[in-house]
Amino acid sequence: MAKFAKLSFKKDELNKELSGFFKGMLKNGAVDAVLAPMALGKQGVRLTLVTSADNIEKVDPFAPIAAVSGAKIASSLTSRPSGRKVAMVLRPCEIRAVVELVKLKQVNLDDVLMIGMDCLGRYENTDFTKFQEQGGTSESFLENAQAGKTAMGDFDLIGACKICEFPAAENADMRLCAIGSGSDSVFIEAVTPKGEEALEKSGLKTGESPAGRDDAVKKLVAGRNEARDKKFTEYRAETNTFEALSDKLAACINCYNCRVACPVCYCKECVFITDTFRHTGEQFMMWADKDGMLKMPNDTLFYHLTRITHMSLFCVGCGQCTSACPNDIDLMPLFRTSADKTQARFNYQAGRSVDEEQPMAGFKSDELVEVTGQVK
Amino acid sequence: MSEFEPKIVAFFCNWCTFTAADLAGTSRLSYPPNIKIIRVMCSGMVDPKYVLKAFLNGADGVLIGGCWPGDCHYINGNLKARRRVALVTELLKQYGIGEERFWLRWIAASEGNMLKEVADEMTAKLKQLGPSPLQNKGQMVV
Repeated sequence: MAKFAKLSFKKDELNKELSGFFKGMLKNGAVDAVLAPMALGKQGVRLTLVTSADNIEKVDPFAPIAAVSGAKIASSLTSRPSGRKVAMVLRPCEIRAVVELVKLKQVNLDDVLMIGMDCLGRYENTDFTKFQEQGGTSESFLENAQAGKTAMGDFDLIGACKICEFPAAENADMRLCAIGSGSDSVFIEAVTPKGEEALEKSGLKTGESPAGRDDAVKKLVAGRNEARDKKFTEYRAETNTFEALSDKLAACINCYNCRVACPVCYCKECVFITDTFRHTGEQFMMWADKDGMLKMPNDTLFYHLTRITHMSLFCVGCGQCTSACPNDIDLMPLFRTSADKTQARFNYQAGRSVDEEQPMAGFKSDELVEVTGQVK
Repeated sequence: MSEFEPKIVAFFCNWCTFTAADLAGTSRLSYPPNIKIIRVMCSGMVDPKYVLKAFLNGADGVLIGGCWPGDCHYINGNLKARRRVALVTELLKQYGIGEERFWLRWIAASEGNMLKEVADEMTAKLKQLGPSPLQNKGQMVV
């Protein structure tokens, strides 16, 4: 049975109350460190690793920004473990990416207390600056976003968030619940025994559960599902041939930023920067000879398609690829539409469960008979 | 105008399907020259990149030949190949390269006649389908 602690706050004091909760956990030894979004003045809001209870004041988990995917940070912190307990405050998409990285042995959750926050979406990094300039705060965002008011002048939430079906975190030990919890309180939920122990140590009293939460989440998800289906239909109609897809990717300069930003692009060294793709001048000339010309840099579509074969099964739809593109190519729908097909083929859902085997990590002798259609 | 001759890139495993092609040859069975064979050690080493590159460079079809399940020289490379083929099929289908252009078939070393049948069947099918949508787009698209 899930346990909830209600955290009421006065206007403009949400983060103060939250910092009190984290401070309690640090002081009482529930964890040795906290990784959470912090307001760092002019540097904006960034994931910050805090080991001293005195420095937790500026925590700001609900700020609508994710400059990099927290899953990559989780990998940095735990792939070679420190042995110290750390609470990680991450978005649902980041946790889902973490789940995939655990299976790839690039994240180790042994010493991690996973705290998932309710996520109503994020703005692009540059838009977040504008959001702050216009006086936006996490509190105003939570209130407006739940009323469906996310557009601020010339910008809005990123496309990925508008079609995200996972506003509430799964696979977390604790959750920061803001959806349907009223405008003057948030709830801290302990989901696992590990979470319950930490909640107890934090010194907060458990009690009342957020009555309107389940319905509010359901309603939000239903709207997002509808938006997703519409987006998929549109994008598929626009990219139903390789030529059309190539046109979509016309601005690509092969910088590979999308794979650097991708939390589930798991190779330590990408094949596209290895000798496999360091061709000789003679080779390029031969390719150019074939049609009398060759666009440079070449292999643009080949790169994106190869990336799809590598990561589409693990794609969590976080939208970091789109955010990272210096030429404003909206890559998210490309990877999400593909991921939708490939994950469905293997009845797999990225981020659903740590115990679910990744499709390319195994095989059975009596499966997928339809591929060859041959029976002995 | 001469009839359309499809180009089919075929990745044959060294132990079964390539040996079957050898057997077809020594048995004097003739199969269409549209099949361009690339010998690989195992169907399980056919990287999705090979398949993508073949199609992007204008191949009309790709055929992967491996050992029957249970017969793989490396125990289970063919089963890994099957999952990978299912994955790449899902990708290609979205952009107009359907399953009819991308085949995986089990052909044992003793099945020279079956190799001929598969080669005939695939060539006929692709002649009927016509050129790949990527044909002659070449590096303009890639």
